[in-house]
Amino acid sequence: MTPASPPNPPVSRRAFLRDGVRLGAMTGLGALLGLASTRSKAKPGYVWQIDPNKCVRCGNCATACVLKPSAVKCVQAYPICGYCELCTGYFVPEPNALTTAAENQVCPTAAIRRRFIEEPYYEYSIDEELCIGCGRCVEGCTRFGNGSFYLQIRHDRCLNCNECSIARVCAGDAIHRVPASQPYFIKTTAHE
Amino acid sequence: MNLAGRIALAVVIGVLAWATGARAEQRFPPPEFESDYQMPAMTTPPPRALVWQYIDVGVLAVALGVAVWLVHRKRSRTGVLVLSVLSLIYFGFYRTGCICPIGAPQNVLFGLLNPNYAVPWPVVGLFVLPVVVALFAGRAFCAGVCPHGALQDLVLLKPVQVPLWLERGLSLVPFLFLGAGLAFAATGSIFLICKLDPFVPLFRRHGPTWSLLLGAAFLLVGTVVGRPFCRFICPYGALLRLAAMVTKWRVRVTPDLCTQCKLCEQSCPFGALRQPSSGTPDPRTLPVERRRLLALLLLWPALIAVGAWIGAHLTVPASRLHPTVRLAEFYLEHKKHPKQYPIQSPEALSLLRAEQTWPELQAAALQLRHRIGLSMKLFGGWAGLVVGAGLIGLAVRRSRTDYEPDSGACLACARCFESCPQELLRRGVPIPLPTAASAAQPQSVVANLPTAAQTTNR
Repeated sequence: MTPASPPNPPVSRRAFLRDGVRLGAMTGLGALLGLASTRSKAKPGYVWQIDPNKCVRCGNCATACVLKPSAVKCVQAYPICGYCELCTGYFVPEPNALTTAAENQVCPTAAIRRRFIEEPYYEYSIDEELCIGCGRCVEGCTRFGNGSFYLQIRHDRCLNCNECSIARVCAGDAIHRVPASQPYFIKTTAHE
Repeated sequence: MNLAGRIALAVVIGVLAWATGARAEQRFPPPEFESDYQMPAMTTPPPRALVWQYIDVGVLAVALGVAVWLVHRKRSRTGVLVLSVLSLIYFGFYRTGCICPIGAPQNVLFGLLNPNYAVPWPVVGLFVLPVVVALFAGRAFCAGVCPHGALQDLVLLKPVQVPLWLERGLSLVPFLFLGAGLAFAATGSIFLICKLDPFVPLFRRHGPTWSLLLGAAFLLVGTVVGRPFCRFICPYGALLRLAAMVTKWRVRVTPDLCTQCKLCEQSCPFGALRQPSSGTPDPRTLPVERRRLLALLLLWPALIAVGAWIGAHLTVPASRLHPTVRLAEFYLEHKKHPKQYPIQSPEALSLLRAEQTWPELQAAALQLRHRIGLSMKLFGGWAGLVVGAGLIGLAVRRSRTDYEPDSGACLACARCFESCPQELLRRGVPIPLPTAASAAQPQSVVANLPTAAQTTNR
């Protein structure tokens, strides 16, 4: 079978131009690869994370994420938690009683578990299935307590969008790309 | 207040903020437990392992290879369809369409211009592979690998032909969109291509309402207009179109001789197959056409200049897409017309941050606006270039005597292969006999076909 168009001068000129442009494009792509390789050394990838020192607890994390509920959850840094009986991250200001009744809780979804350890200490832990990442407990804990509650993007949920929707509206400009090898900010005590 | 005063105030506020921030930790000493309480550790679920990104690139490479083989060697529409469904499941619904080659040009450019961000290798791979394939074998990526294309291909029920003028006009949009996406990505304003993607929210089954509605609208239009996103929006498709224009091995209706039977004319739902031009130009219209082409060529630089001028005037609204510039503008607006926002609301907290860091914020916003101005000028120039090229493309005579897909517009879906009697003969597929209804129509070409088929089958 012969090709449809027989070789004649205009076609071969066109073919020559095509070959030239293709060669140019390949060279360009090669240059791009070379340029990218000089930049990509030892930076295997990025994920989004919240810097707790910049977070201002504006509440956008609960609403701006493409996931519902948000991939942002409150985490508890146990080593710096005071285990307070009157936890300002758990209880509303001036609670009726220090009980687990809903009207006493800051958390709108009752995602914080309060467990008695020993007099006068209580452990507070987060149920991530319930947490919506609104940061109200973080505000209470940071403003009046030890700041052991803080918001983090949980990478078992995060879709790692090319551009984080929360980062675009973050009031504290706290969300940035971090190396995937260190995907979390871990709060620790100074004396630890 | 003068600048020095502002800086002094900022320093004082900053120091106070730092001091209160420092005091915020360890107000209450951690307890020393008497019981044998074991402190739970904070869980840190890891992100998806990096190796999976390389596997994604591998899957992409294999799928591209299979697509090229199916289109050029096997020449099988069924095969392309099956491959595209598999790609839809893997890249679409399993990998939820992120990161995909469509958005990758933004990452590559952002990475090249931003020293704090290095483009990860898998992203470069995703970006480069389909372009290289398009340079040699046409848009095999669009045909069988892209989940966006596969989704639209599946909903295409009753394709209508888009008028040529509309087709040619709308096919400039992808180039403009690509330019806009790159202009905004270069300045770190917004990843526009990702933000406006209509199908990724469908793949995720999550997302803002407007985005889901946009996806649904595209699918609805896609039932009658073949792949509206791919043809008239997709910025990566624009890149692939450019690459496929100079492709080494074109996708052809048949590698055999075209008999001008016109049976394939209606088979392309994507407007890539158009009537061939007459072999010789009409001597009466030729001078007019030449003058038109010359005028357009002279107009081209003017179009570019006008585009750049318009782009420069769009700098201020465009710069508002950058969060830093937006915050600075919001702060200045608030200074002019103070408004009380609820305490702890995002607006109030943003204003507080602007107040505390005003000198840096202002400097950053001004610098960004300068850069965005430059990129908007370039984008405007690019828009003029694209529009001019589109006009010149309309004015240039195409010397195409056979029915052949336009190599840039062809999505390599392999539909036209099925309609070509030469191709069916070559593959030894029985040609469908005309039904009573179609035989009633005076279509001499169709009526002649069965005899040809019977002769070979004998």
